[in-house]
Amino acid sequence: MNFFENFSFSRFLFSLQYMWKGMLCIFIVIGVLVALIVGLNRAMNGLAKKSDSND
Amino acid sequence: MEILYENFLKLFVDDGWKYIVMWAIGGLLIYLAIKKDMEPTLLLPLGFGTIMVNLPLSGAIGPEAPLTTLFDAGIANELFPLILFIGIGAMIDFGPVLSNPKLMLFGAAAQFGIFLTFCLASLFFDLPDAASIGIIGAADGPTAIVVAQQLNSQYTGPIMVAAYSYMALVPIIQPPVIRALTTRNERLIRMPYKGKKISKATRILFPIFITVIAGLVAPSSVALVGFLMFGNLIRECGVLDSLSETAQKVLANLVTIFLGITIATKMEASLFLRWETLLILGLGLFAFIFDTAGGVLFAKFLNLFLKEKLNPMIGAAGISAFPMSGRVVHKMGLEEDPQNFLLMHSIGVNVSGQIASVIAGGLILSFAAGFGGFLG
Repeated sequence: MNFFENFSFSRFLFSLQYMWKGMLCIFIVIGVLVALIVGLNRAMNGLAKKSDSND
Repeated sequence: MEILYENFLKLFVDDGWKYIVMWAIGGLLIYLAIKKDMEPTLLLPLGFGTIMVNLPLSGAIGPEAPLTTLFDAGIANELFPLILFIGIGAMIDFGPVLSNPKLMLFGAAAQFGIFLTFCLASLFFDLPDAASIGIIGAADGPTAIVVAQQLNSQYTGPIMVAAYSYMALVPIIQPPVIRALTTRNERLIRMPYKGKKISKATRILFPIFITVIAGLVAPSSVALVGFLMFGNLIRECGVLDSLSETAQKVLANLVTIFLGITIATKMEASLFLRWETLLILGLGLFAFIFDTAGGVLFAKFLNLFLKEKLNPMIGAAGISAFPMSGRVVHKMGLEEDPQNFLLMHSIGVNVSGQIASVIAGGLILSFAAGFGGFLG
């Protein structure tokens, strides 16, 4: 296969949707994970404080 | 004697010169591994394997030959890279990320190069090949193998060489990009580290949550993310120390030996010596540069809104080359100001990059279902 023969601008235009979809999806997943870890840290710190006060 | 003569002659007829070029490439990979200490665990087996498979009438490859059998058993079905992920997961301490989860956003931003390169590569390559080339920017060999194999790319060999070579070249590739995108004042920004104590429960729940969430968003990523996080769960659970140690050392080393030499089956002269290989190496470099740029520019963007400014260099550590990228950023910080310790932040971002790159690989695999929609 000669890659100049395979050159396709319409394929490039088609693939552009994956750039924004990919970055959007990855930020959504990471954003959810960040929120989850923050929540988890707070919950665990809360539990630790409660157990300290009970002691 | 006659066989020796015949084989020797093969080197000088038709495409025989290609064997010699591939020996030189194999030799170069071995040289880089030994002399320059560039990813020796992979480049050395890959280099030696390259010589093995490029001997005329080599018995190492072909139906029922050992390397082909190993390839079918461990790489064609993505088993080796996934098993390697258990070892990698067991090696990683997610503490810096759990302590400052916002760092994970840089891991996401630094995947920009993957998707940009995918688009650029699609100018010249079919979509599955272009996606496989884009994933070189993940700076993560096992992810690159899994994606290239699942998408049935014919360029697995060049993709592997690009992925592992550039990972080793991170200390050379990243600093000029970082310097070009930041001012000296930005590089001097200090970021005091406020380490928080992370509970054991958080460390145990983290790998489970990541697997579930990534699996729900991109089901194709379950194997990639799951094996990585399984390795981390073994590490963090506290009751499987001997398994964790085995995964980190024996398992990872064993798989790495087979992975490097088996990938060499894709280094046959007819598959490697093409103009496309040069283009793939160029696109791989492009992906690394724009991953770095994505992380740095995202940090600069966040600085527009933050009172306590971030050192934008830490964004560059969002690529998955762990821990080289984190160390490069730390070293650059120290070069600008000997009292500027960025290590904990940069390693945190670097670990996030490991997670994000695996998720990006899973997303690419999920998108592959839609590639058939291109009728061009």
